[in-house]
Amino acid sequence: MANKIIPIGPYHPLQEEPEFFRLHVDGEKVVDMDIELGYNHRVIEKISESKSYDQVTFLVERICGICSTSHPFAYTNAIDDLLGITVPERALYIRTVIGELERIHSHLLWLGLAGHFLGYNTVWMWAWRYREPILDIFERVSGNRNHYAMFKPGGIRRDMHEEDFPWIKKTLKDLIPKFDMFKGAVMDDPVIRARTEGIGVLTKEDIHDYSALGPTARASGVSIDVRKDEPYAAYDKVEWKVITHEGGGVFAKLLVRVLELYESADIIIQCLDKMPKGDIDCGIKDMPIGEGIGRHEAPRGEVFHYISSDGGNSPARHKIRAPSFMNIFSNKKAVIGETISDATIILAAVDPCYCCTERMAVVDYKSGKRIMDGQDLIRLSQEKTERMRK
Amino acid sequence: MSLKLKALTKSIWVYHLCTGGSCNNCDIEILDLLTPRFDVERFGIMLVGSIRHADALLVTGSLTLKALECVKRVYEQAPKPCLVIAIGSCACGQGVFANGPTTPNPVDSILPVDIYIPGCPPKPEAMIAGVVKLIGKLKEKK
Repeated sequence: MANKIIPIGPYHPLQEEPEFFRLHVDGEKVVDMDIELGYNHRVIEKISESKSYDQVTFLVERICGICSTSHPFAYTNAIDDLLGITVPERALYIRTVIGELERIHSHLLWLGLAGHFLGYNTVWMWAWRYREPILDIFERVSGNRNHYAMFKPGGIRRDMHEEDFPWIKKTLKDLIPKFDMFKGAVMDDPVIRARTEGIGVLTKEDIHDYSALGPTARASGVSIDVRKDEPYAAYDKVEWKVITHEGGGVFAKLLVRVLELYESADIIIQCLDKMPKGDIDCGIKDMPIGEGIGRHEAPRGEVFHYISSDGGNSPARHKIRAPSFMNIFSNKKAVIGETISDATIILAAVDPCYCCTERMAVVDYKSGKRIMDGQDLIRLSQEKTERMRK
Repeated sequence: MSLKLKALTKSIWVYHLCTGGSCNNCDIEILDLLTPRFDVERFGIMLVGSIRHADALLVTGSLTLKALECVKRVYEQAPKPCLVIAIGSCACGQGVFANGPTTPNPVDSILPVDIYIPGCPPKPEAMIAGVVKLIGKLKEKK
């Protein structure tokens, strides 16, 4: 085969799950792609079987640092489903608040990295700077900037204080003009638009074929969102809408994420206004034999947890499925036929694997000689933006 | 103090090494150090893309078996003297993955760690404080 191969990966710190991409290129065009998973395997499902139900919350939190609320959210939903209990109203509202705060911080993080790889380091610095107020809220509420440990089966671990609410609301309202700025940057900047619009397009059929989830699916006009389709926590008690876009390309994914920032801020403010007083924990005593499933719409799509209990102290079986596992395979469809300099942003657009591009290397298939490494590829992408600016 | 050590205390260039078995949070907090609120580039601390330019390794994660050989090779390629900074509970003492079948080796059994910065994840302030302490320790050596 005369094609050259670009290996990307296998693991990189900012990926949700480590993965290995092999791009087959013909000149500048990507003609085929292989995906390999299984790096950074920590056997979490197995470790989970050796921990008590309460400890598992902390373990699943550490599946992913960016989604460190999504996994406990889905896990506690699974336990609540297993027990068939009703969680106190206040706990449900606080869960929603934490879940949405996480969505804002995750989307801002992604936006910054997207800017970095397009050659807009200003966007990176801005997005990460305005992510800090969200982390401040987390620190005030939970005591830690990341890994909040707010969830426990049957409720939440610590209460939110009423006197913090005005400050939290003010912080969020102050962020809205910043969101406007990002929206303006995405919508109006001709270069960002040209670099992203119509690139890596996934049609509705592709989304169904690859079972893609979350913003990836919503950017192709598929209105799929667990929060709306099967409401849990307080999502059916507040007003909000599912953001979709028909474009299907990287631009649509950018726009969907930016618009979701507004929805999340809105949900949090409504929750704080409506939050009832009362218990935060229903005090689980025994675990019956049974099984339960829990779902949560993480910033990247649906997280799924399955718990099987044999009546003992720890899960008999714990099955976890993270959204990126579904989304990364859609890369295969999106990236083929595009150029190498666009591959970085397309692979990044589903949000599992942005920085793995740093480990990219163009290797001559026959001689195995390295032609370009990750830095060169980022440079290529940034130079393309530079050319378009002129 | 030897010239090499003296140079090392001035502006430390760091290489970020994720040893696998990490949840990314320490890695994100390391990146956070570079963004406007903390901005460690003021102190000359810079994240570099290649180990061959680095003065210090920022090690995160609980070291999976698959990554073991790569980690060893990266350390061999580092120009010596090279400082090793273990960041986060996983790198310091394996954290929640201590009993995991794929993470049997603590980081400090493979790399000579100079300073441990505990926390899950440690706050950016803690990381800066850790590096400051390390520089103080180097200066005492003379």
